Amino acid sequence: MTFPPFFSFGLPLASSEGPNFSWNLLVDLQDMFQYDFMIHAFLVGTIIAVVAGVVGYFVVLRGLAFASHTLANIGFAGAAGAVLIGVSPVAGLLTFTLAGALGISLFGRRLSQRDVFVGIILALALGLGFLFISLYQGYSTDAYSVLFGEILGITAQDVVVALIVGAITLLALAVFYRPLLFASLDEEAARARGVPVRFLAIVFLLLLALTIAEAVQIVGVLLIFALLVTPATIAEQLTSRPVATLVLSVSLALLFTWGGLFVAYYLPYPLGFFITSLSFATYLIVWLAKSQLRQLKRVQTTLEGERV
Amino acid sequence: MNGAVILASLQPISLNLIADIQQMFSYDFMRSAYLAGSLIAVTCGLVGYYVLLRHLTFASDALSHVGFAGAMGTALLGLNPYFGLFGSSIVVGVGMSQFGKTQARRRDVAVGTVLAWVLGLGALFLGLYLANPTTNTNIAIGVGILFGSIFGLDTHTAWIIAAVGALTSLALVVIARPLLFASVDPQSARARGLPVRLLDALFLVLLAITVAEAVPAVGALLVFALLVTPAASIQQVVNRPYLGLFLSAVLALLITWAGLLMAFYLSYPVSFDISTIGFLIYVAASIWRWLRAHSRWERKRAAL
Repeated sequence: MTFPPFFSFGLPLASSEGPNFSWNLLVDLQDMFQYDFMIHAFLVGTIIAVVAGVVGYFVVLRGLAFASHTLANIGFAGAAGAVLIGVSPVAGLLTFTLAGALGISLFGRRLSQRDVFVGIILALALGLGFLFISLYQGYSTDAYSVLFGEILGITAQDVVVALIVGAITLLALAVFYRPLLFASLDEEAARARGVPVRFLAIVFLLLLALTIAEAVQIVGVLLIFALLVTPATIAEQLTSRPVATLVLSVSLALLFTWGGLFVAYYLPYPLGFFITSLSFATYLIVWLAKSQLRQLKRVQTTLEGERV
Repeated sequence: MNGAVILASLQPISLNLIADIQQMFSYDFMRSAYLAGSLIAVTCGLVGYYVLLRHLTFASDALSHVGFAGAMGTALLGLNPYFGLFGSSIVVGVGMSQFGKTQARRRDVAVGTVLAWVLGLGALFLGLYLANPTTNTNIAIGVGILFGSIFGLDTHTAWIIAAVGALTSLALVVIARPLLFASVDPQSARARGLPVRLLDALFLVLLAITVAEAVPAVGALLVFALLVTPAASIQQVVNRPYLGLFLSAVLALLITWAGLLMAFYLSYPVSFDISTIGFLIYVAASIWRWLRAHSRWERKRAAL
């Protein structure tokens, strides 16, 4: 049995006889874009980065980090199951993450021990995904690529699907922007003002599921935080105005994706590693700079205090 | 030694249970799996009970992911992956114990960011390992660490895992009483003169060892299945702490035995069997609790 191109690990081109990096960036880009799969990867990556940057802002505001982690793992089972029955993995991803989002919004609210419930679902989803994957021969590489992301074999059809899904998500967020922001910042006040908080929570979880199903194709199930949570977290540390945070979050997500794709073209290692490293390094730098600044300010105020 | 190959050429299950079990235990790899699996299960059941009490579910997830990166790193260097597995988990566990109490939302985001990077690092090590197929022949090593590989244990490793598990369980039983007090009500415990900070650090080290222990059985990604599920199911049904602790270990043991039996005869992966059996038991326990809370008898008792 042969595998769809979605399931291979690393880039076979980038071996010893693969592309060579020159310091002329224009030539490099021309070299890179003569391959259809690189164009597709860049297109899908750009769409995903924009959507993930916007959605990630609300994920951070609403404290949904662990829920996103779980949704991505549910998507793993979906992708593996879809390939097993011979359907496109994207279809499996979308079906499972949407169902998972509905499940979490139905059951997750009433349960007092939400983390525990989510953890048990997580274990079940991963076990199921592993079962699907292991029903193949030579399953290792398949598992690796779903878990850690993959740029090879993104088809023109995938680009169209990503474009449609991304447009739907952004449109819905634009429509619900004001009430959603209000409900995320201050749920009690929003409810008192008659904002349909519960409805918005369900809508947002469904949009999150759509975003995750798309993003998994690039960064993989395990590394979803790097595009979804980290850019928004960094942006939130730098500014507190919502629109500025959104713009910054999207820019950072774009930067990480493009940078990761560029490096992954030349090195035979998983794309996910480069994207996570870029985003983690930026997070560390911003965190260090902020704490240094805070210390400087403290010293300044003490000095002024002594002068007075 | 390769369990998966032997499993493919097995006789199907008969209805004579004793003959089945005899057949199962006639294989070296099954005896090793049961030996290591039993001790892993008991340790996970005991430690998991405290994980729930102390709300450390996400932290234990992060620890197991760190273990994956560590194990791949040492495998890359040509060493036994168990060194990296235990080493990195313990180092990060000690590091975690130094964190104070921060706001939950901030902590989740920070844990998630670090977790993604550590996993990315693991992916890099895996990529480097696979990039050299002549010296690194075991391409399933990553899957083994992520999803478990208990049928691949040799007798020697199984005994080491069993010994580590026994020591960890013993250590937990010794500090069970003060740890319970410190977990449920740290302020009173401190007022009574208990070394709460020391207990916190000690518990995180025990947790790190347990998480690393569980990796061969269920894999780094599925540690929850043995750590959280048995304890969570028991907590739905039993309120008394020591009974709950004991039953949690028993349940983990039963789930593991059933999972190994199922894997042997149905040749589904062990980690899938264990996580599915655990999930079904959790669902059953939740339903039982719900029924009890809504039964007429219970309502009458509450009214009195």
